[in-house]
Amino acid sequence: MEATAKSHFTGKEEHAPAKPSFAFWRPTAKTGLMSWLTTVDHKKIGFLYGSFALFFFLVGGCEALLIRLQLIVPNNTLLTAPQYNTMFTMHGTTMIFLAVMPLGAAFFNFIMPLQIGARDVAFPRLNAFSLWTFVAGAIILNVGWFLPDGAPDAGWFGYAPLTSKLYNPTHATDFWILGLQLLGVASIAAALNFIVTIINLRAPGMTMMRLPVFTWMTLITSFLIILSFPAITIALVEVMFDRQFGTNFFEVSNGGMPILWQHLFWIFGHPEVYILILPAMGIVSEILPTFARKPLFGYPIVVFSGASIGFLGFTVWSHHMFTTGMGTVATAAFSLATMTIAVPTGVKIFNWIGTLWGGHLKMRTPMMFALGFIWMFMIGGFSGVMHSAAPADAQQQDSYFVVAHFHYVLIGGSIFALLGGIHYWFPLMFGRRVSEFWGKLSFWVIFIGFNVTFFPMHFLGLNGMPRRTFTYDGNMGWNVGNMIATIGALILGTGIAIYFAVIIYTYLKGEKAGRDTWDARTLEWSVPTNPPPEYNFAVIPTVHARDAFWYEKHHQSEIEQEKAAQHQAEAAHGGIHMPFQSIYPLVASIGALIGAFGAIYHNLIVALIGGSLLFIGIYLWSLEGAEGYHLHPDEDGHDDAPAPKH
Amino acid sequence: MTSHAANGAIDHHHDHTTSTGIPNKKLLMWAFLASDCMFFGTLISTHLIYRLHPPPGNPVPRQIFDIPLTSFSTFILLMSSLMMALAVNAIQKGNLKSMRFSLLATIVCGAIFLGCQVFEFNNFVFEKHMTITNSILGTTFFTLTGTHGTHVAIGVLWLGLMYVRSFKPATGGQPWTTTLLHVVALVAAVLLSMKVVLSVIWALEAHGLSGATLGGVVGAQWLAIVGTVIAIGAERWFARPAGPVQFDQSNAIDVESMGLYWHFVDIVWIVIFTAVYLLEYL
Repeated sequence: MEATAKSHFTGKEEHAPAKPSFAFWRPTAKTGLMSWLTTVDHKKIGFLYGSFALFFFLVGGCEALLIRLQLIVPNNTLLTAPQYNTMFTMHGTTMIFLAVMPLGAAFFNFIMPLQIGARDVAFPRLNAFSLWTFVAGAIILNVGWFLPDGAPDAGWFGYAPLTSKLYNPTHATDFWILGLQLLGVASIAAALNFIVTIINLRAPGMTMMRLPVFTWMTLITSFLIILSFPAITIALVEVMFDRQFGTNFFEVSNGGMPILWQHLFWIFGHPEVYILILPAMGIVSEILPTFARKPLFGYPIVVFSGASIGFLGFTVWSHHMFTTGMGTVATAAFSLATMTIAVPTGVKIFNWIGTLWGGHLKMRTPMMFALGFIWMFMIGGFSGVMHSAAPADAQQQDSYFVVAHFHYVLIGGSIFALLGGIHYWFPLMFGRRVSEFWGKLSFWVIFIGFNVTFFPMHFLGLNGMPRRTFTYDGNMGWNVGNMIATIGALILGTGIAIYFAVIIYTYLKGEKAGRDTWDARTLEWSVPTNPPPEYNFAVIPTVHARDAFWYEKHHQSEIEQEKAAQHQAEAAHGGIHMPFQSIYPLVASIGALIGAFGAIYHNLIVALIGGSLLFIGIYLWSLEGAEGYHLHPDEDGHDDAPAPKH
Repeated sequence: MTSHAANGAIDHHHDHTTSTGIPNKKLLMWAFLASDCMFFGTLISTHLIYRLHPPPGNPVPRQIFDIPLTSFSTFILLMSSLMMALAVNAIQKGNLKSMRFSLLATIVCGAIFLGCQVFEFNNFVFEKHMTITNSILGTTFFTLTGTHGTHVAIGVLWLGLMYVRSFKPATGGQPWTTTLLHVVALVAAVLLSMKVVLSVIWALEAHGLSGATLGGVVGAQWLAIVGTVIAIGAERWFARPAGPVQFDQSNAIDVESMGLYWHFVDIVWIVIFTAVYLLEYL
């Protein structure tokens, strides 16, 4: 690959007239509310994704605590049965779509472009649109709390015909349908952007097999998103048409088949599970080599395992439906396919162990979370393999054993890795480092609380306790297990509270971290300052090895010469191209929000207003064009040169 | 990073600012189309699954469908793909005039297809009494073909916006209202002429070909006919030659991405025509 200057600057300004013929308002605020609403900077967008995700993580956590408090003793009356339905529906939906997915998206946004040596994503304004549409979806999903119809209560997988007008006449289910629909649009738009960015915006020398594993997992996750979300989009359209226009998709009396919903939902739902876990695996694959002081063991195998997990993820959806009577052949086939997934997953585990083996382990907070991840995720994996055997699954279906299983993979897996990732990249994002004592304390409290909560649920499930029941009788033999689980949940809640308190304290007053705090290996740590400047890299790096920054640190004189040459080449081509900020992605998302309300309340005028605003937003966004201005920092990233506007 | 303005020629198949040489917009469109495949795949599967389990009283597709009409509209849609390809080819060579003609021809073909669909839906609902609510066939058929029709309509709108954009003057100063009015004129011309043509066809179906029939249509639709003439005239006026424009070979990628979308929507129709219509006659 040629080592000439590469930037997103397309050379357009040089021949096209710089002055737009349309009187567009170009927001320029760099601080204050407007700067956040109109930002196209992937780091600011990532920060906003993260902030919203952590807020909803706390909301979902409070819902979980209410569920556990209701179940602490038999025949408890803290929550009524309908309230309990709302709690478990909103807990599941919130944690999956509003906490774990956007937290993953926050890292994709913030870290991935830095890891590949890019100055932004391929389509910065589309990125802003994804963020604001995600916020719109979150608003729709949660607006029911403040309205008389109440929040959604048909379960996070909304099985037909429970979502029909007959069983759910209020708008609560419509909030769920339209909320998920908007979240789907946001996720697909963001995933398309990440795919193009990773394939097309890599720095010179950054071949696909030199991509950091986190970037690889971002790519695979993005492909899973664009290929699996259409299934739920259509399934939601079908259930929406049934509710709004009286169609018969799931209406048994006219030939509809509710089982179709289950198939469509899980064709999306199973890849979704990997959408939640693959980013976590990527984060762990970054943390382990850094703190084991060794390159990742078996890099190509780890990458290909991730890809095969993603591929196999599309072939196993019916293992969520073993008890629906699909027939022997289908059940056996899905059973086998499910067992196959354990192979690439196991390969990854062994490669992580191989990375640790013989390393000089530095037991820092991110490392604690990563090690916790491996152990806890393995336990979740083992119970997952148990489910793949259809006869065993028939016993475990809809019991607390399943609840234990997926919390081990989602908390012990995804959340542990994401919390570890926050600690790991905190110095890069904010220039401050979390205190080791408080970080480790929060880890241990979370770790203990998590296991005390969910380990007893294996026994509760095998003893027959069904999930989604708001209470139970005292003579079922479930009293002790539930008591322990609720105490564990309170410990877990305390741990999360400590974690957040420490993070917020550190953000405000924490110890200043130097550049490259952990002596890390990948390019995101090579930026000139912490937090990274707006343009990321004063000089686009040239990549010579898989652990690109590690190579730079050990070949300093060579890299310095190269950077000087590259700096000159970039300066000769007009400096660093920065995209203008834009208000139109926000306008389009607000249009989508209004349109969704129109659809929920079956109000054509409101829907048309929203649709028109969406159209106008997108049209003006395309008319204003992808122009920008140029910056001229020196090689070390000092903004001594003025920034002339085009 | 030499600008193509310097050496005069653009390589439309290789973009040296990206790692792979594929332009970002083209890659975005390909990835989106992959996603859209799953979108239509889900809808078509829904139709095919329910086709195998017809409840008692479900309409019989062979008594509903009108294969000659649908074959005609399919042919028109395929021809629109030809015009779209010509438009891409024209702008890649910098031939703006030819591109505009081909875009308009694509728009007209798309509009004819949509007109056929309006006619077909009308026929199915009012003559054959199959609605979206009264049977599972109606539910899956109208949802699937309606979603496809929406894709075509979005495509026609996109083509129209691109066509209008190709008149944006190179020197600034044109108010955005001119562009907006041009869009309005184009959309009005397409919608009104569709309305007039459909009324003529309905009248011919009902009363046969005679002077009285045509007179009746003119009497009932004179407002739409006058509106069509005015809208087409206004569109032609906005499209009058007026100096250099801000649209050249460097915009070929925009037209090409739109073309990818358009061809994809046509290919989906070939699948739908086969799997939904022709399959019933095997």
